[in-house]
Amino acid sequence: MKTRIILYIIFLLLAFSKSSFSNDQKLENKINKNLRCLICQGQSIYDSQSDFAESMKLVVKQKIESGMSEEEIYSFFKIQYGEWILYDPQFNTKNFALWLLPILVFLVGGIVILKKFRVSKKRL
Amino acid sequence: MKNRYYKYSIVIFLIFTFFIFYYGLKEKNIYTPDDIKTKKFPNLILNDFYTNSETSFDDILIGSNYYLVNIWASWCLPCREEHPYLVQLKKNSSIKIIGINYKDKRDNALKFLDEYENPYLIILTDNNGMASIEIGAYGVPESFILNKEKKIIKKIIGPIDKKKFNEIKELIKK
Repeated sequence: MKTRIILYIIFLLLAFSKSSFSNDQKLENKINKNLRCLICQGQSIYDSQSDFAESMKLVVKQKIESGMSEEEIYSFFKIQYGEWILYDPQFNTKNFALWLLPILVFLVGGIVILKKFRVSKKRL
Repeated sequence: MKNRYYKYSIVIFLIFTFFIFYYGLKEKNIYTPDDIKTKKFPNLILNDFYTNSETSFDDILIGSNYYLVNIWASWCLPCREEHPYLVQLKKNSSIKIIGINYKDKRDNALKFLDEYENPYLIILTDNNGMASIEIGAYGVPESFILNKEKKIIKKIIGPIDKKKFNEIKELIKK
């Protein structure tokens, strides 16, 4: 009975340690996918194997292990390299046109289509 | 009348888009932070290239008006181009040159220094490249000019050429 309980506890501990490991790994991958490679600028560091991308991956890993949050890691890279380093930049005065333009085009397009549709319906 | 309005709005839209792309493509895609002048150089602890002892930047960055921190490697071809300029800068007493040897083989780095002369007051090693990221480097070679308050006053991405060499000389004259 005693050994069973001990085995059960060991199993539980192993399960928890594994889940925390995979959570860290998931977070690491998520951050790596959102950081731009400095050498091959069309790729994220997750996809790149350049020397600097490998170094950045190590820095991300170290920062996660030291207890930094995802946002804190992004802000560290933003201070060093600017908003440019993120693949998912935040809405600001410099990029508002890029965020709003598709919505605007979608709305204007929708109105034009709707008007045409109404006109053709009236003709019928 | 309505058709005309449509045509005008399409032309205005196309011109607007053209200028966005025109200026967007003209802009340099290597970003240098605007507030770089207020940024203090991080106090990293790295191993000395020759003695392998742990050395912090705070221990090195003393006793000079200006410092040049240069990231280099023996495998990096542009480093060979910029090296003569560093050797020339070494002669200037108002600047101290500190090297960071990036992901390099020790023997190759030693050969490189034998062949091209050693302009560095001290060389630190960055075997896994993490220190270069902490500093905010984009690649090899890269140079940071610091003032005596250890603030970055100039960042040179890529090799130092004649133009940049003259810029550094002007900067440290002040």
